[in-house]
Amino acid sequence: MKILVCVTSVPDTTTKIAFTDNNTKLNKAGVTFITGPYDDYALARAVELKEKTGATITVLNVGEADAEPVIRKCLAIGADDAIRVNAEPTDAYFVAEQIAAIAKETNYDLILMGRESIDFNGGQVHGIVGEMLGIPSISPVMLLDIEGDTAKITREIEGGKESLEAKLPLVLGCQEPIAEWKIPNMRGIMTARTKPLKVVEPAGTDKLTTVASYELPAPRGAVKMIPADEAEKLIQLLHTEAKVI
Amino acid sequence: MSVLIFAELDEGKIKKSAQEAIFYGARVAQMLGTSATAIVIGQSSDDELASAGRFGATNVLHASDAKLTEPNGMAYATVVAQAAQQEGSKVIVLAKSSLGDAMTARLAGKLKAGLAANVVELPDLSNGFRVKSSIYTGKAFAYNDLKADVKILAIKKNTITPEETEASASVKAFSPTLNDADFSISVKSTDKSSGDILLPEADLVVSAGRGLKGPENWGIVEDLAKSLHAATACSKPVSDLDWRPHSEHVGQTGLKISPNLYIACGISGAIQHLAGVNSSKVIVVINKDPDAPFFKSADYGIVGDVFDILPRLTKAVQAL
Ligand SMILES: Cc1cc2nc3c(=O)[nH]c(=O)nc-3n(C[C@H](O)[C@H](O)[C@H](O)COP(=O)(O)OP(=O)(O)OC[C@H]3O[C@@H](n4cnc5c(N)ncnc54)[C@H](O)[C@@H]3O)c2cc1C
Ligand SMILES: Nc1ncnc2c1ncn2[C@@H]1O[C@H](COP(=O)(O)O)[C@@H](O)[C@H]1O
Repeated sequence: MKILVCVTSVPDTTTKIAFTDNNTKLNKAGVTFITGPYDDYALARAVELKEKTGATITVLNVGEADAEPVIRKCLAIGADDAIRVNAEPTDAYFVAEQIAAIAKETNYDLILMGRESIDFNGGQVHGIVGEMLGIPSISPVMLLDIEGDTAKITREIEGGKESLEAKLPLVLGCQEPIAEWKIPNMRGIMTARTKPLKVVEPAGTDKLTTVASYELPAPRGAVKMIPADEAEKLIQLLHTEAKVI
Repeated sequence: MSVLIFAELDEGKIKKSAQEAIFYGARVAQMLGTSATAIVIGQSSDDELASAGRFGATNVLHASDAKLTEPNGMAYATVVAQAAQQEGSKVIVLAKSSLGDAMTARLAGKLKAGLAANVVELPDLSNGFRVKSSIYTGKAFAYNDLKADVKILAIKKNTITPEETEASASVKAFSPTLNDADFSISVKSTDKSSGDILLPEADLVVSAGRGLKGPENWGIVEDLAKSLHAATACSKPVSDLDWRPHSEHVGQTGLKISPNLYIACGISGAIQHLAGVNSSKVIVVINKDPDAPFFKSADYGIVGDVFDILPRLTKAVQAL
């Protein structure tokens, strides 16, 4: 089985977001970049499938050179090789087109992604790639088992979940509890250094969307504290002052 | 040329988020000097379909093929793409939802569309087509210029408050050409709590964390939620521990919600939790630790023990 895992390199979840250059660029100073948490679930499940059935795992990132530490970490966790498409990944269609172009060169049985990236939070790239390749896309996937050429999947839906079956090849957007996040061990880190990481240039369409500028949300007003022995007053305030109930 | 809105059904009724999408789409149509058409897929009544007019849709296209009764992102996207073609629509609006997300992506792929997800405002048409969207899980916004011929906007809950009129939409049957490949995923079973208020749709949410100590204590949370007609939510450790179903988990790695009111009980307010709830209009925090970080992001706060406070709040709501 051949698995393609698509990963993003994103600011750590504790990052205080700030912008520079007149609010046109993320201020990367002091920001730690990590593998997208959902992408980590996708990779972890891929590694489990590899251990169980002997799959090969290629990691793919559409991003600039500063994404390479994240890619190396994925290799250390258990991917066999990696591809980076050298481009700034700001438009979902553009990113999907790059991924689809790579996927068309090799017939992957499974293309695993995260449910959503935590920077642009579109939750879209898997569906667009599925459409471009003419294969089904399913998200968010909570459980995945492979039996022969069939995937058995549990997907979250609003207010519950659903069990599905579909034939490979598939594109899946993953979330917990599909697998436990994995951390690289020393041997993994050593071998990752020599695993192939190929850099390719993007296939040329223009981006369909561009970001003109960024903005931070207006800060919330000061918190109004209500003494515990007058807790009932809260309900009055929500009714008459905030007018939400 | 009309603006096309996908209006999602839940048990035959147009969802609240879909009403917001219709109203939003009708406003965009007004700005563009055209009309708004809603596309509804699945079984519903004529009265319900015509009610799309109350939110600003002039026409409703109704695809009621029996094969489309169960929601199916791929097949629904095919239907909407065909409707867009028939209507010559260049702007398509959907509400964010689990079905909507699956459709938006497939549609963008089919139509080579410029796509903005998590849209939070009406577009600015003064210089091209610019929309504001929420990014970095609610920590920032982006102003996106959509440059493609076809534009798809997936709007976040509470982006716009619909103003209803007495108008009624004219309903026409729509018979798409279905594609077998869209039906290759087979649904084996569905496990969905029925009757409850769906968390992503809820205006009011009561949420609880590890401070509740164990699943056996959730009665006080549910009682308060019931009295308010609110949905229930939880923090990640709570769903990790299986105290509550995963579909209730909000935050960085869970649902992102934007209700009018979010009441957090016994939740510390970690940044990853805030990421899922920081776009709520009003936030209430109840925590026994006065230094809990959540108070910094709250509008109202009570330092107190949830086991004492929650039953009293429930009584106060009942007395309203
Ligand atoms: C990559 C990543 C992603 C994450 N994603 C999420 C996510 O999506 N959602 C999420 O929620 N978390 C997420 N987390 C975890 C997050 O960092 C916190 O650990 C978590 O939110 C804490 O949950 P809690 O507030 O319920 O529990 P705790 O941090 O244990 O807080 C319990 C709170 O209850 C209070 N309390 C205790 N007893 C009482 C009482 N009797 N009355 C009143 N108050 C009481 C305590 O003072 C405390 O503040 C993520 C973490 C990481 C690293
Ligand atoms: N630049 C990228 N490079 C590789 N994979 C990506 C990229 N952007 C998004 N993805 C994948 O698509 C998933 C959904 O992303 P998004 O649609 O941006 O929310 C992510 O979790 C990744 O698995």
